[in-house]
Order: sequence, then structure tokens, then C-alpha cells
Amino acid sequence: MSITYLDAIREAQAHALRDDPRVFIYGQDVGAFGGAFKATKNLQKEFPGRVFDSPISEDAMIGLAVGAAIEGLRPIVEMQFADFSSVAFNQIVNQAATLFWRTQVPCPITVRLPFGGTSGGGPFHSQTPETIYAHYPGLIVLTPATVEDAYSMLLEAVAIDDPVIFCEHKFLYRHLKAEKLPTEALPIGKARIAREGRDLTVVAYSAMVQDAKEAATELAAEGWEIEVVDLRSVKPLDTDTIIASVARTGKLLAVGEAWPWGGVTAEVISRVTSEGFGLLDAPPQRLNAKDTPVPYHPNLWAAHRPTVRSIAAAARKILRH
Amino acid sequence: MLQTVSESRAVGETQRAAYRCMLRARLLDDKFAALYRAGKIHGGVFLGRGQEALSAAIGVHLNKSDVFAPLIRDAAGRLAFGEPIIDAVRTYLGSALGPMRGRDGNVHRGRPQAGYLPMISHLGAMVSVVNGVLFARRLKGISGIVGVACLGEGATSTGAFHEALNQAAVEKLPLVLVIANNQFAYSTPTNRQFACADLADRAAGYGVESHSVDATEFSVCIEKLGAAIARARAGHGPQLVVATLLRLCGHGEHDDAGYIAPEMKNSPLGRDCLKVAEEFLLKKNLADAAQFAVWRSEAIREIEDAVAQAQREPAPDPYEEKWSALASEKLNELREEH
Ligand SMILES: Cc1ncc(C[n+]2csc(CCOP(=O)(O)OP(=O)(O)O)c2C)c(N)n1
Ligand SMILES: [Mg+2]
Repeated sequence: MSITYLDAIREAQAHALRDDPRVFIYGQDVGAFGGAFKATKNLQKEFPGRVFDSPISEDAMIGLAVGAAIEGLRPIVEMQFADFSSVAFNQIVNQAATLFWRTQVPCPITVRLPFGGTSGGGPFHSQTPETIYAHYPGLIVLTPATVEDAYSMLLEAVAIDDPVIFCEHKFLYRHLKAEKLPTEALPIGKARIAREGRDLTVVAYSAMVQDAKEAATELAAEGWEIEVVDLRSVKPLDTDTIIASVARTGKLLAVGEAWPWGGVTAEVISRVTSEGFGLLDAPPQRLNAKDTPVPYHPNLWAAHRPTVRSIAAAARKILRH
Repeated sequence: MLQTVSESRAVGETQRAAYRCMLRARLLDDKFAALYRAGKIHGGVFLGRGQEALSAAIGVHLNKSDVFAPLIRDAAGRLAFGEPIIDAVRTYLGSALGPMRGRDGNVHRGRPQAGYLPMISHLGAMVSVVNGVLFARRLKGISGIVGVACLGEGATSTGAFHEALNQAAVEKLPLVLVIANNQFAYSTPTNRQFACADLADRAAGYGVESHSVDATEFSVCIEKLGAAIARARAGHGPQLVVATLLRLCGHGEHDDAGYIAPEMKNSPLGRDCLKVAEEFLLKKNLADAAQFAVWRSEAIREIEDAVAQAQREPAPDPYEEKWSALASEKLNELREEH
């Protein structure tokens, strides 16, 4: 049997619904239809009264989830696309993120964001807004890069007492496969060494982990050993694992699919330079998407975001330093 | 209402024009669906099958100086407002020469300079933008214009819808807000979207006038949209049009719409407005079978030519692309790359 990243997300939700009567699912078309990406396929049938279609009201969807969380429930909200979470921004950052800090009442909601670029998606179905949510105190932002993590981190997201922004990459949905679901996992907030190496640390998350690993394979043919760190969670950010890796390699490239201004890659570089400056043999570099909206046409789209080729090229530049 | 002979001839011309746009839109949609199945289109394809009468009835009542914010099912209205078929084809095929230059695609197209606003995906978001154009034109002393924003019934659940309709009412803007209640928002039926008996009832709460339209009925669409647009143009403030119909296709071409019950498809709601329009024109002697055949073959030639042309045109070139989202040349020079 092979399980896709998407199956893992569906299974984690089934597991959560089965194990915890406080869990319910709310989102557009998530009921009988099973969601725009089929991440909730058959769940309404298997769990009657636990999976609800919402109106197209992102702000009110999160508002409702916060209210239910106050009442002790653990809602999972599916945004149809991460891009539409902008409509719910106020409820996420001002309501959900501040609730516990203001009142000591926890807000255990999980907001699932199908995010990231796919060819032909265009400016409003491709965004990667993890940075903007990570900026707000009170939110946890998860970015699984593997089938196993998609499953175990979603389960953990539901169990966490804080609001979790769960960024699931649309490209990985059907492209990533695993043999079985995991029985154990690293804790949230721990990064993972996705590939070991001693010449350069490439820090990546979500779909960029796969691209970074492919770039590492390409560079291995040239004799370079690249270490790939999969952040898994961008908030909290596991600085220790990154710094330990840089201590081994002396060189750092941070890769993200998001826009270049600020963001996760900037945060990684900033932490390494301030906490591990002496470990660096070369100026650390970042590679991001270009500073325009995500283009529709595949020619432009492929040039807009980091690719295996551009990651390998950026790595070569640092390696030759 | 009694009509003079010349008035009724003018109405007949409007109906003929509307029908032609409906037919061109239907054939254009069919072509996009075929191109999609052949793998020739990047991303999704969204059709307006069953909604052409409503959409065309909007477009034929607008002037070049009006404002139009169509949505995903408005190929007919776009054509009636004057969009050349090549603009639609170039955008779907990602030609660098199209109005969106491959940066945006499919239904996300327009020419804001011409009052033709390019939709963003976020439902409800275009309405207040139409308000803004109308507001600015009023400030500039321009009157006698209207702005139409199109929405599905699902979009009435957005906060943006409420804010924008209230805003238009407060400013007494010449906005016509057309809601195509096609019974589904993707897979979601209306009873999961709103609980009021009739969306038109909401108009009173905003202090605006409303119009209910059976949008499967071609002549009703022409008449009611004409009336609503005329009311707005004459200064009676925002008009809420609630049109009832059924989406005769999937949400997009990826969707088989298996959630639409056969009983609904076979009910009067499921009537094909294009057929209804043909019967109407025949009955009123506004066209005959030979005329329909000519219009059809003209439309097919126009579409095939446009597709052939767009397919020969260059795709956007990432090396030629100016990777900037800024208009200011000065600021562009200061741009940093990462
Ligand atoms: C704010 C927002 N949320 C979600 C979506 C995803 N989405 C695209 S179309 C659609 C259904 C729209 O239904 P309706 O408004 O009835 O228009 P129809 O497709 O029926 O013409 C949804 C949920 C979106 N585009 N915008
Ligand atoms: Mg609808």
C-alpha cells in the first residue's frame, strides 16, 4: 500500500475525530464533497455530525472556531486555499492568537492551509503565507515536508492547546508517497536532518525540502556533501539544530518558496549570524521567490520560485567561496 | 406597457445582440473545455454554461463608459461589454500578448482603463472596487454611468459583500449588484449558505431596491436587467438583482458536479437559456434557422482563428520578464533581490 501526503492528512483527521470527541471539521465543501482537494473525503459519512460545510465566510469560519475552542472543542478549519486565509486574517491574528495571552483561556484551533505554488495556480491560488502568521505571537506555524510529518504533525496540531497554522503543500499532496503511517515522530519544534553532509547546510521547509534534497544529489555527483535541514515547524524555529549543522559545515543557504522580503529564510540567517557568527566560513545566503505576485504562466512560475537548479547554483556559489 | 414600433425594433436588436453574445460565449466555453481536456490549458477552466442569458443581458445594457466587474461565469457578459474573443483566448492560453501577459490567467482578465475590472479570486472583493470607480467618477463630475458587479450566491456570505453593499447604499452609488443564484457554491447547496427564503429580501435591510429574475428565461433577463440598470443610471441608487438559475456544468472543468441531483437538472431550473433564447427569437421572428446557422459558423470561425493566432504567439519569457511588482521606475532601481 502506498500513502500520499494527502491521504496522511485525511487519515490524521480521521484519527483525531475517532480519538477525541471534541474535534470537529469546518470548511467550505468539506462535507459530502470531501473538500476541494479531497482531504476530508468520506469523513462526514464516517463521522456523522462532526464535519460541517461552512458558508464562504472565512472571517466567520475562524470566529466560530475560536468560540468553539473557548467552549472546550478542538475545531479543524480548512481554508479552501491558503490565499483565502487573508480574509480571516483579523480573526486569526487578533482573536485566536491573543486569546490565551489575554484571558488564560486556550484557543486550540487548527487552521489547515493548502498552500504553495502549483503550475497554473496564479496569483491567488499559490501563496505561501507562513511568514505573516509566524510574525504574530501566539500562533504555531507548521510546514510538514514528508508524508509522515503531514500525519503526525497534524495530529499534534490538534492536540496542541494553541492555534496552529498548518501549512500543507498542494504540490506534495499527490507527489509524495510513503509505505505506511508513522507510529512515532519528532516533537513539534524540532528540525530534522533530511540528508547528512559536511560541506554546506541547506535549510528548507515544506516542498523546498524535496527540491533541496534533489539539488544535494546533483551536487553529490560533483563531489559535494550537502546537509539538508528540514525545519518542519517554522514557528517555533529550531535554531539549535540549524546551528549544530552549521558548526559541522561552516556554510549556510536558507531556501524558501515565499517572497524575499523578511520571512523564514531571513530569520534563519539572522539567528545564525548573531548566535553562530564564528562558525561561518562564508557569508550565509538566502534563496526565495521573486518579489512579485506568483505568476500564472508555467514559464514565469518556474522562474519565480526556487528550483532544484537555482538551489544547486546558489549552493555552488557558496561552496566556491 | 405599450411600445412604439421603433422601440420594439430596438428591443429586438438588443435581444438579437444578446443572443449572439450568448452563442459566442457558449462556443468559446466549449472550446476552452476541449482545450482543457487536451491538456492545452495551464490551470483551471471555468464555464458559464446556463448563465449566458443573465450575463449577456447585463453586457448589452452597458455602455463603453460604464464599469463592469464580471466573475467566472460571465463570458457572455464580457463579450457583450466589448471584450474581443482574442483577449479571452490569449489569457487562457497564456499568450504574452494578452491583456494579462501570462502573469495572470483564465477568468482573471480585464482592462481597468476601459472600466473592465479584472477579478481577483477572493469572492466579494470586487464589489467595493466598483464602488470606488463610481465614487471617483462622481467626484470628477461624471454622471449617467453605472457599475455592475457580478457575484454568485455563495459570495453573499462574505463580509466583503455586506460591507460593499452597505457602502454603495450609503453613498447612493449607481451600482447594480447581480447575484447569480445557481444553487451551488462549488458543491455547497444554498441551505448551507444562507437561511433566508429569498436573497432579494435582504435589499430592504440595506435600503436598496431589488429585482428578482428567472434567469432561465431569456426575455425576462433582458427586460429585468435593462430595468435595474436604467434605475441605477437614473440615480435611484444601488440595485440588487437576484437571478435564479442552475449551473449547467461543474464548478470548473475538473469537477463532474455529481452532487447536483438529477431531479434538479430536470426541473425548470435546469432549462438551457440558450435554447430558450432561440425559441424566443424564432417565435418573435427576430431570427430564423438560417440566421442561427450563419451566426454559429461565424462564431466558430472567430474562435478558431483566435485560438490558432494565440497558439502561434510567444509565451511569456522569464528572461525578458521584468521581475518587479512596482510601477515607480525610481523605486525599481532601488530594488534588492534575494
Ligand atoms: C474568499 C474566498 N473563499 C473561497 C474561495 C474559493 N471558491 C472559489 S469559487 C467558490 C464557490 C463560489 O460559489 P458562488 O459564489 O455561488 O459562485 P458560482 O461558482 O456558483 O458561480 C469558492 C468557495 C474564493 N474564491 N474566495
Ligand atoms: Mg453559486
